[in-house]
Amino acid sequence: MLDTNAFDLRKYISRNPQSFAVWIALALLILFGLIRYENFGGAYNITSFLNYNSMFIIISVGMCFVIMTGGIDLSVGSVAAFTSVVAAYLSPYGIEVALPGAVLAGVCFGAINAISVVILRIPPFIATLATMLGAKGGALVISGAQTISVDWGSNFTKMGMEKALNILPWSIVVVGFVVIVLWVVLEKTTLGRTVLAIGGGEDASVLMGLNVNRATAFVYLLSGGCAGLAGVILASGFGAGQPLEGIGWELSAIASVVVGGTLLTGGFGSVTATVVGALLLGLVFNILNFENGKGTISFSAYWQMVIRGGFLFAVILFQAKVISGRSESKVQS
Amino acid sequence: MSAKETEIQIGSVKTRDWGKFFRSNGGVLALIVIVLFNIAFTPNFLQMQTLFVNISQVATIAIVAMGMTLVIATGGIDLSVGAIMALAGALAPLIFSSEFGQAYPTLGIIAAIALPLVAAIFCGLFNGLLIANLKVQPIIATLIFFISGRGIAQVLTNGNLQTFSNPSFSYLGTGKILGLPFQGWLALAIAIALYFVVTRTTFGRYILAIGGNERAAELAGGPVKRVKIGVYMICGVLSGLAGLIVVAINSASDAARNGNLMELDAIAAAVVGGALLQGGRAPIFGAILGAVIIQLVKYTLLANGIEDEVALIAKAVIILAAVYIQQARKE
Amino acid sequence: MTQLLSMGGINKAFAGISALSDASLEIEPGEVHALIGQNGAGKSTLIKILTGVYRRDSGDVHFNGLDSTIGNPREAQEAGIATIYQELNLVPLRSVTENVMMGYEPKFLGLFIDWQSAHKRTEEILARFGIDIDVRAPLGSYSTAIQQLVAIARAVSLNARLVIMDEPTSSLDTSEVEVLFGVVKGLKEAGVSVLYVSHFLDELFEICDRVTTMRDGKTVDCRNIAGTSKLELIAGMLGRDVGEIEQSGMTEFNGGAKGLDKGEILITAEGVSTGPRLNDFDMTLHRGEIIGLGGLLGAGRTEVARAIFGVDRLVEGRLDVKGGAGNLDTPAAAITSGVGFLTEDRKAEGIIPDMSVRENLTLALLPKLKKFGQIDRAREKELVDHFIKALGIKTSDMEQPIRELSGGNQQKVLLARWLAINPDVLILDEPTRGVDVGAKREIQSIIREAVENGVGVVLISSEFEEIVEGADRIIVLNEGRIVSELENPGITEEILVRALAQTSEQTA
Repeated sequence: MLDTNAFDLRKYISRNPQSFAVWIALALLILFGLIRYENFGGAYNITSFLNYNSMFIIISVGMCFVIMTGGIDLSVGSVAAFTSVVAAYLSPYGIEVALPGAVLAGVCFGAINAISVVILRIPPFIATLATMLGAKGGALVISGAQTISVDWGSNFTKMGMEKALNILPWSIVVVGFVVIVLWVVLEKTTLGRTVLAIGGGEDASVLMGLNVNRATAFVYLLSGGCAGLAGVILASGFGAGQPLEGIGWELSAIASVVVGGTLLTGGFGSVTATVVGALLLGLVFNILNFENGKGTISFSAYWQMVIRGGFLFAVILFQAKVISGRSESKVQS
Repeated sequence: MSAKETEIQIGSVKTRDWGKFFRSNGGVLALIVIVLFNIAFTPNFLQMQTLFVNISQVATIAIVAMGMTLVIATGGIDLSVGAIMALAGALAPLIFSSEFGQAYPTLGIIAAIALPLVAAIFCGLFNGLLIANLKVQPIIATLIFFISGRGIAQVLTNGNLQTFSNPSFSYLGTGKILGLPFQGWLALAIAIALYFVVTRTTFGRYILAIGGNERAAELAGGPVKRVKIGVYMICGVLSGLAGLIVVAINSASDAARNGNLMELDAIAAAVVGGALLQGGRAPIFGAILGAVIIQLVKYTLLANGIEDEVALIAKAVIILAAVYIQQARKE
Repeated sequence: MTQLLSMGGINKAFAGISALSDASLEIEPGEVHALIGQNGAGKSTLIKILTGVYRRDSGDVHFNGLDSTIGNPREAQEAGIATIYQELNLVPLRSVTENVMMGYEPKFLGLFIDWQSAHKRTEEILARFGIDIDVRAPLGSYSTAIQQLVAIARAVSLNARLVIMDEPTSSLDTSEVEVLFGVVKGLKEAGVSVLYVSHFLDELFEICDRVTTMRDGKTVDCRNIAGTSKLELIAGMLGRDVGEIEQSGMTEFNGGAKGLDKGEILITAEGVSTGPRLNDFDMTLHRGEIIGLGGLLGAGRTEVARAIFGVDRLVEGRLDVKGGAGNLDTPAAAITSGVGFLTEDRKAEGIIPDMSVRENLTLALLPKLKKFGQIDRAREKELVDHFIKALGIKTSDMEQPIRELSGGNQQKVLLARWLAINPDVLILDEPTRGVDVGAKREIQSIIREAVENGVGVVLISSEFEEIVEGADRIIVLNEGRIVSELENPGITEEILVRALAQTSEQTA
């Protein structure tokens, strides 16, 4: 039998091989960028990188919770597009109104997902695929298929364009705060543990007396809310509500979550690794941009999707090995 | 507990019978309602032209939905169908507009149809290998092409709309046999062939067995991997074919739009047609019925001047309703 | 004396089929109460009604002197009923601590989980069971026995008034069972009642005070266990006379009757290893012979079956079928070589519930029914018809979905699936588990008939009388290794038990 002891780095790595690999990869990429490109470590690049990727970080973390229950949320991109329009409409009242308003709109879509999944028992990918359609249609309807300019006079654009204390962009500060809260929720509360337990075995969780329905509803509401926040950042950063944005965002989010080592089957995952995963993917494109700038290679925008798919493929190959290794030891019980 | 509703309780016979009737014939009833509605409210509905337009539109949905039905019957799902359509659709004009295609028109047309289909089969093979050999969940495995397939198509065409004029290729989407669209007949022929496969062949029996209980099918000596790879390849090639038809109809290939959201239509059609998402059932003609319903709803909204965006929302509601009813039927 | 629990007149039907009719159960405070009955008698349903998993159609439940309003498992736990279900209700991917403390974690500020003390409390709780493991590791990294004990530890730690144990010993070895009995006795002394459900009747005499018997969804008997015989309990479960059973013997088998006249060699295993659970296994199976595999759960019996059938890959050793006439690399290859494998878990690995009796029966035979890629329907029907008649499968017709059949008839269909391929070798893993007594005897005589026709059988069974009376030889396994071999005639239950007991002493 194994002996009991406190923290053991080797054990940690063997249990979370992928989370560890992601940290290493991130460090290596940053190092590579710093050495190869002059402006890579410059304030402008860091600011714009964080500003842009804060949206992906937040939807990835929301997605991470959904995936940990064994579900999936394909509606986040459309919901972010919808809420960016809502935020643009609310921008004259200031960020104090626009932010909660747009997040609430996102939560409403999350509620539709939650009702479909928890009460109507519709498989998550179908339920959220339908919401994706609905939100897309809704965004086009309320915006008249036009981008909606925000009110530049109010403090709304601060969120996406200015820095807190002149150090970090507001967007990343807000997102960072939310991420920390969510980390605490996952690691330190019964609700968070229930989320993981559901993904590990839904029936068992019910029989253990856990409130499975509440936790499942929570993750979809949360994911909707996170998409809402991403919509605010989108509208604020680009100065307009973007009803046509968000295509493929769900895929970026899923890729980040998976790259971070969260098991797609649920039951195992981490908020920090997801954030690192999102940063890693963002960095890949950042570096590609620099590479394009150097003129050594030229990638059209269409390559983005191809590369993202390739990344997902690589991670899936990796995870398939890990999972099959794990399940082999499980089957023999 | 495993004993199911073989006996009907006395006193509630009527309601139960009706409930069952609605559930098992819901698709047909929905179709009748939509048709009656259109006869009453849509101008010029009862005309040959309407039939023609709808058949030429529904064929692509139906063809993809049949492939999807086979995949769903094994307990899987294929999200990459739309992307494969785009890919196949982008390849065809590239081939027959190439120097080779110009120099040898007949060979060019054959290659322009055959090569994209081969590419589509390879996409299906890729999906199938990931799912069968690496045991990746189908949603995730097919997500790879869902993301990147369209990207590849756009990279190939540089994101340009490729227009062309090539009557022999366009026959795929505009030809007529007995006054009805060629692709309608094609869909029907495919349906008959697949129906035969499902009901009469060992391959078909294994599809249903895998969806019903994969572990048991494997322990009974079923070639689980081969059958799974097979259904994804069939789904892939049917998607590729549908992609070609769309390009042929439009005499233009637009990688950004070809097959966009087709995965939803196909899943919806399969489910409306009676496929169970957990597998074990493959109603091929049901898929056609489902496709017809989806198409008619689209047509009805359009013909009555409803905006495209609202139609998206309507489609979302149909999908949710269809799956919900199906879940209820299971319980 | 006031009852801790009294359930009366409970009715429950699923989709019109009655599962419980007028069932009742009474438990006194501080009592260990046994609940017995055959599969399908309604034990699990009754328990799930008590714990709020199912809603009763009618009837009264009083717990702790109050009318019970328990509507879900959570409320049951809060009311003081802790349950260890037969199918383990744990989450293997999560840590041991989480599995024990889930929903009851120690908190600081009333909100945040205090993992330090959670780990410590878990270690303390497990120490009562003599378990010393890394509680931070995923539960799934431990053996089934440890997982079972963790489930029990969780239930006991909830400070319940009533602890329900549904087949708690099914995956425990002798020493672990002793630990469990110690815990049960400790609970009793602390005034906690235990509802104990088990197929192993011997256990009941050791720890239970009273026993309630259920049959066909009804409660048929409740008595003190002192002064009751095992035979009386069996008779009560079956609804038969005591004398009737004594006369006819326990099974339909007569192993070892043929003497030493062995037929052609069908399977040779030499030094077969498939991993930690099966090591250096040797066996020679002859035509017309039944080899029994003895051993406790986890001894490696199922692993032998999986190795022969090509499910698990060989790490070392050699497997030969009919002197090299075929191979056993995959299930499909094994079937082609004339090997059939009736799996232990009928529901998960056997039937395809929504398919018809016909389709289930011919599943393994499909390659042989193929004619130009098509299924030869006429021959298929003819074969199915033959087997339905020959094995006495009770089905309305061959198109009835198999899920609608009783357990015994499902098992017969699966047996027919393998008989249909005209096997040379049949591996039978718990062939009569979970079927009623009548069907059990029928299945046994079908097996005997197959053996008389020259099939070689590898038989795995937890029912000692089945392998003692059935096998010509018994290979006794422990921890994946052969520890002894017994020859029939001459094996008695006592000898087999002694062989098993010796092995656990050796390794303990």
